[in-house]
Amino acid sequence: MVATWIIIVIVAVVLFFMYIYNSLIRLRMRVKNAWSQIDVQLKRRYDLIPNLVSAVKGYMKHEKGVLEEVTKARTALISGSMKDKAKASNQVTDALKSIFAVAENYPQLKANENFKQLQEELSGTESKIAYARQFYNDSVMQYNESVQVFPKNIFAKLFSFSQEEFFKTEGKEKENVKVEF
Amino acid sequence: MGFYEEIASNKRRTYFLVFFFFLFVIGLGLMIGVLYGNSYFGLILALVIGVLYFLFSYYGGANAILSMTGAQEATKPQYTTLINTVEGLAIAAGLPSVPKVYVIDDSALNAFATGRDPEHAAVTVTTGLLEKLNKLELEGVLAHEISHIKNFDIRVMLLASVMVGLTVLLSDFLLRSFLFGARGRDDREGGSITVVFIVVGLVLAILSPIIGELMKLAISRKREFLADASGAMLTRYPKGLADALRKIKDDPDPLVDKANRATAHLFISTPFRKTKGTFTNLFSTHPDITERIKRLEGM
Repeated sequence: MVATWIIIVIVAVVLFFMYIYNSLIRLRMRVKNAWSQIDVQLKRRYDLIPNLVSAVKGYMKHEKGVLEEVTKARTALISGSMKDKAKASNQVTDALKSIFAVAENYPQLKANENFKQLQEELSGTESKIAYARQFYNDSVMQYNESVQVFPKNIFAKLFSFSQEEFFKTEGKEKENVKVEF
Repeated sequence: MGFYEEIASNKRRTYFLVFFFFLFVIGLGLMIGVLYGNSYFGLILALVIGVLYFLFSYYGGANAILSMTGAQEATKPQYTTLINTVEGLAIAAGLPSVPKVYVIDDSALNAFATGRDPEHAAVTVTTGLLEKLNKLELEGVLAHEISHIKNFDIRVMLLASVMVGLTVLLSDFLLRSFLFGARGRDDREGGSITVVFIVVGLVLAILSPIIGELMKLAISRKREFLADASGAMLTRYPKGLADALRKIKDDPDPLVDKANRATAHLFISTPFRKTKGTFTNLFSTHPDITERIKRLEGM
């Protein structure tokens, strides 16, 4: 009788450990996936920029500086740490903004189909980066929370689940909404 | 309530719907069997047809709905903005894959999502919606649809469509055969078939309101509020959807030409003209739009 009880308790404890361990793994996997979503979009942007530069070069002879800036920031999009990437992404966003602002002065460029398509794609990529960042930061928040709360924090220490970094931008973050059901 | 509770409750609803569907089919089969003097034959026939119908609608229902509503797949470069927005929201919601994007050529302002799970899903908007909403409003509507996909609402709605579709189809079929049968036949055999049709038609007439109630149960008003709220969490901008809903509400011609009873509840706003008949009340699948706007603005 006692032996049965001991077995039951052991099985329950093992199941409980498994559950906690798996939930931590799942959350960490989600953070990883979310990060790769950002990476995909940064890469897409990296690929699109040369096309934009070559489409624009012929028109913008006097604004070489802007083009150089965006080309320089571009390389950092796919290399370096998360912080570097976040910084590069902000720089590219600013540089693109000024390119599109300058383009307003060139009606011929603005009418160019290729340019219009690129502009659409790049602004699409930009909002996708914002969305991917949002999902990433949400995932990180959930993961970090579970790493810190009792009793999961014990497991987290034991199996070295460390906290993850948020993907920060310099601009104002979109505020989360209060939702009540 | 979070996404996970909502998904779990939707899966329960799905089993419930499937259970009632088969109960309905078995009942119908037994009845036909008894009337023809062989209840096993009717039962087996009904089960075979029921299983086939169920499998077909589970795996092919979304495509059937899309072609029924006249939806065409959206392609770049014409719909680049639309496709990009859907992709972005799918990323924000953490969907396993990007839903397919479709467009209905209709001036009404409406949209719906369908599919059997987030891996096999589609978002559809009318061209009227694309013309009359700005980017933020469109984003709000699409976020609402993406939430339906993430919550597995689409699966419940798909199966509900299928059930209502079958009842509508059967009652139409029986009514028509009864009318034509009554006119053309006066021999004894024809007489007994007519009796079958009358009885089945009567039963369907009794069952229809019950099925209507079941539909309401499955497609609770809460679902739309929930999708509004989760959509707002995706865009972080509830005003976008609120403004869109206001435009949809003020739209003078909400009729989507190819919408019907079976697909109506899929849409973000009811695709029929605003009438106050008993039929519309019975199948009133959408909560009051003003109430939805109010809740969104309170976030």
